[in-house]
Amino acid sequence: MNALRRMGPALLAPVLAVVVALVISSAVMAALAVNPFDVFAVMLDFGDSPTQQVTAMVVIVNRAIPLFLAGLAVAIAFRMGLFNIGVEGQYRLATIIAAAAGAAISLPGPLHILVIMLVAVIVAAVWAGIVALLKVTRGVSEVISSIMMNFIALGLASYLLTGPFRGSPEGASIISTAEIPESGQMPGLNGIFGALGLANPPRQLYGFLLIAAVVGVVIAVLLNRTRFGFDLKASGMSPSAASASGVNARAMVVKTMLLSGAVAGLIGLPDLLGNTHSYTTDFTAGLGFLGIAVALLGRNKPVGIAFAALLFAFLDRALVPLQIADYPSSVVTIVQGTIVLAVVVANEIARRVARRSAERGTAAPAGGPPTGNGGTGPAQTTPPGGTDERQGAQA
Amino acid sequence: MSTAVSAPETRPSRGPLTDLLTGGGPVRRALWLALAGLALFSIVRAVSGEEALTSSSTMSAALLLAVPIGLAGLGGLFSERAGVVNIGLEGMMILGTWGAGFAGYQWGWGAALVGGVLFGALGGLLHALATVTFGVDHVVSGVAINILAAGLARFLSELFYTDNPAGGGVTQSPPVSSKPPSFSLPVLSSGPDLLGDLEQKHWFLLSDLAGIARGVTSGVAIVTVLAVLLVPATYLLLWRTAFGLRLRSCGENPAAADSLGVPVYRFKYIAVIISGGLAGLGGVFLVFIAGIYRENQTNGRGFIGLASLIFGNWRPGGLAAGAGLFGFSDALQLRSRSAVVALLLLVAVLLAVLAVRQFLRHQLLVGGIAAVVAVAAFVGFLTIDELPPGIVSFTPHLTTLLVLSLASQRLRMPAADGLVYRRGEN
Repeated sequence: MNALRRMGPALLAPVLAVVVALVISSAVMAALAVNPFDVFAVMLDFGDSPTQQVTAMVVIVNRAIPLFLAGLAVAIAFRMGLFNIGVEGQYRLATIIAAAAGAAISLPGPLHILVIMLVAVIVAAVWAGIVALLKVTRGVSEVISSIMMNFIALGLASYLLTGPFRGSPEGASIISTAEIPESGQMPGLNGIFGALGLANPPRQLYGFLLIAAVVGVVIAVLLNRTRFGFDLKASGMSPSAASASGVNARAMVVKTMLLSGAVAGLIGLPDLLGNTHSYTTDFTAGLGFLGIAVALLGRNKPVGIAFAALLFAFLDRALVPLQIADYPSSVVTIVQGTIVLAVVVANEIARRVARRSAERGTAAPAGGPPTGNGGTGPAQTTPPGGTDERQGAQA
Repeated sequence: MSTAVSAPETRPSRGPLTDLLTGGGPVRRALWLALAGLALFSIVRAVSGEEALTSSSTMSAALLLAVPIGLAGLGGLFSERAGVVNIGLEGMMILGTWGAGFAGYQWGWGAALVGGVLFGALGGLLHALATVTFGVDHVVSGVAINILAAGLARFLSELFYTDNPAGGGVTQSPPVSSKPPSFSLPVLSSGPDLLGDLEQKHWFLLSDLAGIARGVTSGVAIVTVLAVLLVPATYLLLWRTAFGLRLRSCGENPAAADSLGVPVYRFKYIAVIISGGLAGLGGVFLVFIAGIYRENQTNGRGFIGLASLIFGNWRPGGLAAGAGLFGFSDALQLRSRSAVVALLLLVAVLLAVLAVRQFLRHQLLVGGIAAVVAVAAFVGFLTIDELPPGIVSFTPHLTTLLVLSLASQRLRMPAADGLVYRRGEN
C-alpha cells in the first residue's frame, strides 16, 4: 500500500499524459478528416501469424534499444539541470567514426566489437566535452552551443562519408563506409525465441540489448548509489547548496557532460553492429531529439526511460504499416510531440498537487512524490536561464 | 550596443587618442568598430583576391538571410524581455514557413505574410500556455514545441500537398503564386549603376563600401526594408513606451511588477505570442527566398536567431549586428565555397589580436590557445583552395559558436529570464 502510494503520483502523471496526448492528437486527426480509430487500429495490428507478431515485437525492441540509450544520455545531463541537446550530433559523428575504425581494423571477435564501442564512446564524449568546456571556461550556454555542435557534427559526418571514409563505389545510389568485417558484427539473440517456444522471426533481435541493459543498470547504480550520483543530483537541485558542501560545480559540469556524451556514443551502435555494418547516408537519424522526449517521459529514471523507449518504439513501428494503409505516417510524430508536451505539463501539475498535499500534511512524510529530478525534466530549482547558466561560472 | 556601460563623462581622460577612439559613448565606439571591421574585410579581400567577400551579390544575399535570423532574434527579444526563454523559436519558424507556403501558393505573397505570422503566433500561444499557465520549464517546453512543429509541418504537408494539382509533395508546397515587389535605388544601383561601376574597380575600401551599399539597395523587396525597420520600431516600443516598460518589468522582477498592478501573466502571453509571430515572419522570408515551402528550410536559423539575441546582449541593436554577421557567413557559404577559405584569414587575424591582448594581460593559456588556432587558421588559408560542401555547410553555425565563445563574457540577461513565475509564490 505504501509502495503504491509512493508510486502512484509518479506513475499517474505519465499515464494521464499519454491518454491526454492521444485524445488531443485524435482531435487533430479528426479535424483534418483522418479517422483516428482507423489509425490506432493500424498501430495495434501486429499481423495474424505468430511469426508476424514476433517480428513486430522484435522491431519494437530493436528500435527501443537506441531510444533507451538516447533517453539515458539526455537524462544524465537533465539530472543536474544541464540540457544536452547535442546528443544527435554526438551519436552521428561517433557512429561514422566508429564504423570507419571498425572497418579499418581486424581483431578477434569480442575485442573488435569492444574497440568499435570504445571509439564511439570516446568520440561522443569528446564532442560533448567541448560543450562543457565552453560552458565552464567561456560561459556559453550549453543549449546554444550543443545545438550549434549538432550542425557542425552533421556537416562533418557528411564530409567524412563522402570524402575520406567513403567505402562504396563511385556512383552508388547510397553512399556508405566500408563494411565492418564479420569479427566486428554483433550476433543476434534469436536463440531465446526457440527456448521460449515462440516462432523464429526473420529479423534478428539485436545482441546490443544485453549491453544496453548493463549500461542502464550501471547508470542507475551510479546515479542513485554513489557519491558522484548524489553530487550530480544535488548540483541539479540546488547549485549553491552543492557548492557549499564542497562540490566543484565546474568539474561537475564537465564530468556530467562527458558521461552523457559517452552514453550518447552508444546510440548508433545497435543498428551499426547488429544490422547495417556500415554508416550510410540513410543511417537512422533523429534519435537524439527523440531521446529528449523519452527522457522527459521517463522522468529521468532508467526504468521509466526503458518504458518510454518501448512506447516510442511501438509508435515508430507503425510508420511503415500506416504508409502501406495510405494514412499520413507523420501522425506518429504528432502523437509523440503531443505526448512530450502533455507529459511536461502533467509532471508540473503532479508536482504542484503533491506539494499542496504535502503542505496540508496529508501525505506521509516520506511518501511525497519526487520533486526536482522527477519534475519537468531538469531540476526545478535551477532556472535554466539563471545567472549561473548563460553567463557561466566565470568566477 | 552594450547597456552595461557607465556614463562616459564620469570617466577620467585617458589621453587624446583614446578619447577620440572610445569617447562619445557606445554609438561612436560602434562606428569605429564597424569601420575597423570594414577595413579588415577590405584587406582580407585584397590579399586573398576573393571578390565574393564584399561583392554586392553576397551582400544582398547576406541581407536576405540576415532578415529571418534577425526576426527570430527579435521574437526572442520580446519573449525573453518578458522573462520567458524561447528555445521554441525554431519550431515557431518552421510553423511560419509552412503557413507561408500554404497561404502563399493559394493567395500570393500578402497572404503568405499573414499565414506565416499566424502560424508562428499559434506556436507562441502554445509556448505561453505551457510556460505561463502551466509553469512548465521554459527550455523543456521549447524543445517539445520544436519536435511538435516539425511533425505537424510534415503531417500537414502529407495531408494537403500530396495529390495536390498545384504541385508540391510530402516535403514541399506548391510554389508561392506571386513575389513581393522589389525596388532598386535609381542612378546609384540601377540605370547608370554608379555603385556597380565603383564596385567593379576593386579599389581598396571604396569598392568594398560600394559593394555593400549596392547589395542593400539593389533589387530589395519592400517587405525586407519593413522587416529591417522592425528593429528600431522594437527599440521604440520596448524602451520608449509604457507598454515596453511594463513588459520588461515582467522579465526583470515580475513580483514587483505584479504589486504595481501590471498584469504579468497577460504581458507574458502577449510577449510570447508576438515572439512566435515574429519567428513565423522570419519563416515567411525564408519562403520568399526560395519561392516555395520546403521541409528543413529553417535549418536551425531559429536557434541562430536566439544566439544573435545573446550575442547582442538582449538589445535590438546588438541583435541586429549579430544577425548581420550570421547572415553574412550564411550568404558566403551559399555563394562561394572558396570565399569561406578567405574567412580563415579573417579568423587568423582576429585570433592573433586576441592572443596578443591575452599575452599582455599575462593570460598565457588562453593567449597560447588563441595563437595556436590563429596559426592553424592561417596555414589553412594558405593550403586549402576550396572546402568540401559538408564542411562549408556549417560555416554560420561555427561562426555563431566562435562569436559566442569569444564574446559572451559581459552579457546581462533580464534578471528573471527563464524563471517560472507563479503569482503569490515568489
